[in-house]
Amino acid sequence: MITVRKILFYLVLTTAALSFVYPFYWMFMASFTPEKHIGNLIFFPPELTFDNFRSMFSKIPIERALLNSIIVSFINTGMALVFSSMAGYALSRMRFRGRGVIFIILIFTMSLPFLITLIPNYILMVKFGWIDTYLSLTIPFLVNALAIIMFRQAFQTIPQALIDAAHIDGCGEMRIVFSILWPNIKPTIITVAILVFMSSWNEVLWPLIVIRDENLMTLPQMVTLFAVGGRAEAQLGVKLASAVFLAAPIIIAYAFFQKYFIQSMASSGLKD
Amino acid sequence: MKKLNKGYLPYLMVSPYLLHLLVFTTFPVIFSIVLTFFNWNIISPLEWNGLGNWKHVISDRLFWKSIFNTLRFLAVHIPLQIIIALALAEVLNQKIRFRGFFRAAFFMPVVISGVVVTIMWQQLLGYENGIINRLFVFAGLGKVGWLTDPDIAMISIALMATWKNVGLYVILFLVGLQTVPKQYYDAADLEGASHWQKFTKITIPMINPTIFMVLVLSTLGGFSLFIEPYIMTGGGPMNSTLSAVLYIYKEAFEYYHMGYSATLGLFFALMIVLVIIIQKRFIEKERHD
Repeated sequence: MITVRKILFYLVLTTAALSFVYPFYWMFMASFTPEKHIGNLIFFPPELTFDNFRSMFSKIPIERALLNSIIVSFINTGMALVFSSMAGYALSRMRFRGRGVIFIILIFTMSLPFLITLIPNYILMVKFGWIDTYLSLTIPFLVNALAIIMFRQAFQTIPQALIDAAHIDGCGEMRIVFSILWPNIKPTIITVAILVFMSSWNEVLWPLIVIRDENLMTLPQMVTLFAVGGRAEAQLGVKLASAVFLAAPIIIAYAFFQKYFIQSMASSGLKD
Repeated sequence: MKKLNKGYLPYLMVSPYLLHLLVFTTFPVIFSIVLTFFNWNIISPLEWNGLGNWKHVISDRLFWKSIFNTLRFLAVHIPLQIIIALALAEVLNQKIRFRGFFRAAFFMPVVISGVVVTIMWQQLLGYENGIINRLFVFAGLGKVGWLTDPDIAMISIALMATWKNVGLYVILFLVGLQTVPKQYYDAADLEGASHWQKFTKITIPMINPTIFMVLVLSTLGGFSLFIEPYIMTGGGPMNSTLSAVLYIYKEAFEYYHMGYSATLGLFFALMIVLVIIIQKRFIEKERHD
């Protein structure tokens, strides 16, 4: 009786898991399937082809878009880590006038819907002359409110004695943050890095608005315009190849750092 | 805490944040409010329009349709999201084999770009050759116009969004479930409580904060629905998947009605805040009952 129930239980769970994995498998296979066979593809294509990828590379500068995404995501992650940990340190370990107010503003702005600032920020980019430059993709992401809050919390758990000792040795505040405290809060750094990197990597709406020059487009933006616009010429295989190309870096990263991805998401929710 | 007296240094350390706040949040919010009183296409000078934009919002049938569409999306998305995520979390919280694999499988769509997921499902939901319709035909059911039938298209998008995000909420619920003290269940076992009783009388009340968080996160996510209809349907058929954000985007960046679009954005943002406040009240009331 128990075993029948158990088998049924695992059957249902496995079916559910397959429904999450199979679509990706299908897309991957379809990107290597000749156009005329995609409609019949279920498990294996009758023949494999690289034509879809070849024609994708010839139609759009997708390698350039990949490079742009890498540059922008790494810059944004680096900046968020440095500037957010500075602010997080000041807010948790230093006493100064206005500290409480800044923290309240921080919490408040996090719940502000992005739609209020979208259009004025676009206008700012136009007025600054940042349209079609990397500046519009990076400077607005200089700091991150969630990251500040997470760093603030991490720094609060560190014993004051460690900081005092560093002070006595003549350490400046910046060196305390980056060479003494950073090694002690590695999990927080990894968490923040993954969260910022992912949101930067997957961002579409903002690049669609501020970048028109094909050579500066990010990968998701390029793929979106390719899929929506006429460039793919209604060829399914080519569209799917571009989607596979966009998914690949994250899937590879996820395969290696799965644990950290899941942990970072779990803690992002907790600290909301 | 020891009193630290470092003069200007703390201000220096928070200055990147404060500067960023001033330029990219404070100024835009104020400018947004000002902009609602003007007509502006970016190129020509600002043109005073008084309350014209606000009046237009009230009578703009397409905007209200986009709100209705968004609410329809939420009505399918949120309950499904919470129920499925909670059920999966409850299952994964037990001692089962291959737990890591299942967790990784459910979580995979969360990390993958919405663009990928959307392009993929656009094909899977295709009318002629989509896998889903072929399954339906195989099961003896007819073909369904998942993305072409105005009554169904938004529901398809809501189902897809649930599929994409449910893993995140499974993880959040798993964290929540782990905070429930074991003794409560032991006590309930002594009283002879059933599985279902334990779930409804202990688990649900104890993870109320998590439920509220999931409710808020999925509401915010649902309200910002954009890329899925933008890629899959362009807002069609017959504007049935035109979400509020897609409409605001089109007004600004296809028609260059900047003042009007800012008005829509502000109006919609206020609506979101209102909905979240109501949700909070609702959940808190539930807790007191």
